[in-house]
Amino acid sequence: MDELIFFINRVLISGTVLGSIYALGAIGITLIFGILRFAHFAHGDMMTMGAFIAFVLAGVLASAGIVTPLPTGVVVLPVAMVLAAIIALGIDKSFYAPLRQRGARPVTLLIASIGVTLMIQGVIRLIFGSGTRSFFADETKDIFRIDMSWAGAQRPISVTEPQVIMFVVTALLVVALHLFLTRSRLGKAMRAMADNADLAQVSGINTALVVRVTWVIAGSLACVAGTMLALDVALMPDLAFNIVLPIFAAAIVGGLGHAYGAIVGGFLIAFAETLAVFNWTAVLRPLNAVLPEGMALPPNLSLVPTEYKLTVAFIILVITLLARPTGIFKGAST
Amino acid sequence: MALIELKHVVGGYGGAPILNGVDIAIEQSDIGVIVGPNGAGKSTTLKAIFGLLKVMGGTITFAGEEITNSLPDRLVPKGLSFVPQEKNVFTSMTVEENLEMGAFTRTDDFSDTMGWVYQMFPILREKRRQPAGELSGGQRQMVAMGRALMSKPRLLMLDEPSAGLSPRYVIEIFETIVKINGEGVGILMVEQNARQALAFASRGFVLANGQNRFTGTGQELIADPEVARSFLGG
Ligand SMILES: Nc1ncnc2c1ncn2[C@@H]1O[C@H](COP(=O)(O)OP(=O)(O)OP(=O)(O)O)[C@@H](O)[C@H]1O
Ligand SMILES: [Mg+2]
Repeated sequence: MDELIFFINRVLISGTVLGSIYALGAIGITLIFGILRFAHFAHGDMMTMGAFIAFVLAGVLASAGIVTPLPTGVVVLPVAMVLAAIIALGIDKSFYAPLRQRGARPVTLLIASIGVTLMIQGVIRLIFGSGTRSFFADETKDIFRIDMSWAGAQRPISVTEPQVIMFVVTALLVVALHLFLTRSRLGKAMRAMADNADLAQVSGINTALVVRVTWVIAGSLACVAGTMLALDVALMPDLAFNIVLPIFAAAIVGGLGHAYGAIVGGFLIAFAETLAVFNWTAVLRPLNAVLPEGMALPPNLSLVPTEYKLTVAFIILVITLLARPTGIFKGAST
Repeated sequence: MALIELKHVVGGYGGAPILNGVDIAIEQSDIGVIVGPNGAGKSTTLKAIFGLLKVMGGTITFAGEEITNSLPDRLVPKGLSFVPQEKNVFTSMTVEENLEMGAFTRTDDFSDTMGWVYQMFPILREKRRQPAGELSGGQRQMVAMGRALMSKPRLLMLDEPSAGLSPRYVIEIFETIVKINGEGVGILMVEQNARQALAFASRGFVLANGQNRFTGTGQELIADPEVARSFLGG
């Protein structure tokens, strides 16, 4: 029984946390690709930036002596999302929009976004230094332990408060996004533009407005994903830069331009990663009792060593591109 | 007063001009048909009206107001609509969502217009929950026209609406165009089925090398031996 609990804690909970973060990041990447037709490399850094915005706001709240029942990092999230969206709009207006107006090709925009990556990371290091920070320096991170002794287990299922909040917030945001894309006039216009930008223009759809809405959604979701990541682990200038590749893999595996694909892709990559680095010995240990004398499971039985976790996303990506280049859902990638 | 009037329009895609002085004028009661050889600049003419390429000379007026180089999001609310020849539906969206996108610029209730479109194309009502990409070529053309009608245009511009359709569908589409015109929508269309289209055109324009070669009523053009010989295949 304890083995099962261990599996739940290490795979189910960790995978869901990671999946939520990947999904929220990948939605932004996929929407930007669908509308603006370029790979927004700086998206990871928009996540990091969002986390730092939340960090500053949390600091302001704390220094004002305001104590909240939820972690301050979560309480400030709505305001942080608004600020992150405004900055995303500013970045588009100053860097990408002028290139688009000159008819720049997607690769030019991709390279510009690499420049934006360096710039965001530079600004963050300039202001905050390169050290690691925590949202929980002055407050405690509540851990819920669900007692499983009734099932004969000694270990509890343990999940932190930020993790629980993250599941709820992700679910709410995904539902909200779904309703926006399928029910609202602007959401439908967004899908129309991703489907056929020329026809969207011909229909009189205000494409500049759709572009702005895209940045607002992508920027604010990136802020949530980054903050959640920082709440779960720690805050540092290269926080999300390190996971931008699995996030891209999630968007591509799901089918670029396809929001639901990005969500599925995010969870798929996250669970594949968690399962690949999971030490199966921990679960299979009871087998030692029935194995013949002299044979025992090795102490570490994982498919991929933790430090090579990134390769998992790549393998899935390569398989997808070979077997189904348009992704799980038919995306815009070719 | 003409509904749409092009006066000596010169324009192109950045290089040498494709249109070298095109003159077109039609009333709201008209069906105007543009014919001419491949590469004559027929599609380019419609795109020039719709602000999709740069007009370098001449003027375009719509209901007395100059609209030269205006963009679609300004033109659609004024009463212009355009059905491009290709890729003219949102394939991943349902038929009904396609129609809704045609009404994007409208802020009023457009359910009566949707009813009108469904009355014009009853098959679309049946298929309204299906993705437009799953429909046949003829049905897609109906979705494309329906989308363009959703803004309640005064002028509907169509680029080769009968292209790639079976003869039965060609007749059906042409009949619908005449019907739409009968409900007070001016039509300006490009057609390869020139003889068939000129037969119901109140205004015909023969374009070659980006210039007008002949202008008249549809019947006049069909009756003109030179037009028939050079442009209608004898
Ligand atoms: N997007 C574009 N960029 C550059 N040149 C173009 C573009 N579209 C068309 N042209 C050129 O403009 C000229 C006129 O093209 P247009 O499409 O207007 O012809 P058309 O009369 O509609 O012919 P068709 O009967 O083949 O449709 C052609 O020489 C074509 O190569
Ligand atoms: Mg053409």
